Amino acid sequence: MSRLVRMDRSGHTTIAEWTAADERSVESAVAAFRKELDRGSFAVVPQGEGRAEQVSDLPVDADLVVMRRPIAGG
Amino acid sequence: MAQAASAPSAQALPELASVYWRPRVDEDALRRRGTLWTTITVAHVVPFVAIAVLIVLLQPLAVAVSLIALAKAWLIPALYAQRGANVVRPKRRLDDEPERRALGLLGDLVGHEARDLYSATGLVLERGALGVWLVGEAGAVLVRPGRRRVFCYCVRVPEDALPSADRTSHLLLALREDETGFATVANLAFSGARWRLRRRLDRRMRPALAAAARAA
Repeated sequence: MSRLVRMDRSGHTTIAEWTAADERSVESAVAAFRKELDRGSFAVVPQGEGRAEQVSDLPVDADLVVMRRPIAGG
Repeated sequence: MAQAASAPSAQALPELASVYWRPRVDEDALRRRGTLWTTITVAHVVPFVAIAVLIVLLQPLAVAVSLIALAKAWLIPALYAQRGANVVRPKRRLDDEPERRALGLLGDLVGHEARDLYSATGLVLERGALGVWLVGEAGAVLVRPGRRRVFCYCVRVPEDALPSADRTSHLLLALREDETGFATVANLAFSGARWRLRRRLDRRMRPALAAAARAA
């Protein structure tokens, strides 16, 4: 089961779960993904230690997609 | 702790658009910035030391004034180093449950050793192409190869209610996406000798700096 996770004030929230074979779950995850992008979040796929890839479409085959907020110089 | 070195990334951090006027940080830029910081430090220290010596030579009874000049020569670099240490100073913690959940996600992102180091020090060790990073919740320290020089960057998620570990995860993911972009977006607070930073760093965090130096 793949997960779409948003980092938020609760620690993190799983906003969608899907399996590639289940079209309805994928559609639901894509909708949640789009909604988060519209909020101004960025989507990142952790790719093991030291690497992460930013994506603009939901990678259906990824195990975990994390939505992060923009960063800025302090 | 053994994160793979992140090569200069093909993907650009989207936040770069908000600092479009800054040239992207690279090896040469870091060397130039380091040299500039050293020059500024010398320019602060040398005049005060020279004044201290001159005063004693001209009027030995004015040794107190000479000591004040020496104190300033010591204090100004120390204040700069303090500014560097402040970028990783721990912030106010939220309730236990959000912190615990956020820590769970951060734990999924890093290896076993990095997780242990984070638990002990509040900093995540991450190897990069520019050196070894220590990522905190509102800043990051880069230990350059050679271990002598550090760069302290002030960078954060500008949202108030996030748990500490979530803030660190945000920075860690951005760093992994685009290391040089991360260093470009972040504001440089200090560059100088590692020993200077170590003296100003919270005691709890010093083992992380030592680990980063070993890994650099």
